[in-house]
Amino acid sequence: MPIIDLANPTRFLNAVNRVLPWLVAATALAFAFGLARVMGAPDDYQQGATVKIMFLHVPAAWLGMMGWGLMSVAALGTLVWRHPLADVAGKAAAPIGAAFTFICLVTGALWGRPTWGAYWVWDARLTSMLILLLLYLGVLALYWTAEDPGRGARAAAILALVGAVNLPIIKFSVDWWNTLHQPASIIRMGGAAIDPSILVPLLIMAAAFTLLFVTLHLAAMRNEILRRRVRTMQLMQAQALAEAHS
Amino acid sequence: MILGPHADFIIASYALTAFVVAALVAWVVLDYGTQRRMLGGLEARGVTRRARRED
Repeated sequence: MPIIDLANPTRFLNAVNRVLPWLVAATALAFAFGLARVMGAPDDYQQGATVKIMFLHVPAAWLGMMGWGLMSVAALGTLVWRHPLADVAGKAAAPIGAAFTFICLVTGALWGRPTWGAYWVWDARLTSMLILLLLYLGVLALYWTAEDPGRGARAAAILALVGAVNLPIIKFSVDWWNTLHQPASIIRMGGAAIDPSILVPLLIMAAAFTLLFVTLHLAAMRNEILRRRVRTMQLMQAQALAEAHS
Repeated sequence: MILGPHADFIIASYALTAFVVAALVAWVVLDYGTQRRMLGGLEARGVTRRARRED
């Protein structure tokens, strides 16, 4: 099937129904394998066992940012091409991205207390990540409170594009400012600065969380398409009833 | 597996993540059931997504 066919919501639903059981199985397997590797990973020579929090914190941070990146691309589809599936993709990604950003912030606080001696500092990386969560909440508020779904979608798309400015700020905040947060140690020039005994489980967990994100996103997109069909049918029913009474 | 003196922080991190992921999964599964039920109810009443043609 050509990829362009997936732009049709009915064909997209059929494709999601076919692929979703495989994605669920792949996600479960990846987590089982990843968690087994996490349990076998050695402690860090400075941080001890608290390094195990990294296997949750780092993938959650990546996916929180990836979710917003996805919403920004979808926003272009909504504003430029006005494709309904683009808005569906953006709306479905928002709560999932917000949840991963929340996990990143809380696990970061729980990692920071034993490592830095503080749950929170107004450091550039932490603050820019908190701003990302607030942006997510803003987008969700626009989607959930707009009386006209079309206007809500366009407003959310504009916020998604404006908020994309925050993504490079999050990534480079540790280079641009003096921060308590450690500098980039995985995606950086010169390769990863982490020992393979810890890096490999981290990458497996990142793959597992990414599979989880994709699975949840496709399932949420399917729900959103069905919700819009229900809304259309309810409007048709109300119109038919109004005509019958007039 | 020995988690050392900061075991509480590690366990809290994994418990919170498991809770948030479980909430996301529950939201997606329950929402799917709700939408399917509403769609089924409307279809059973003969409601369609197409406007009736004026003959």
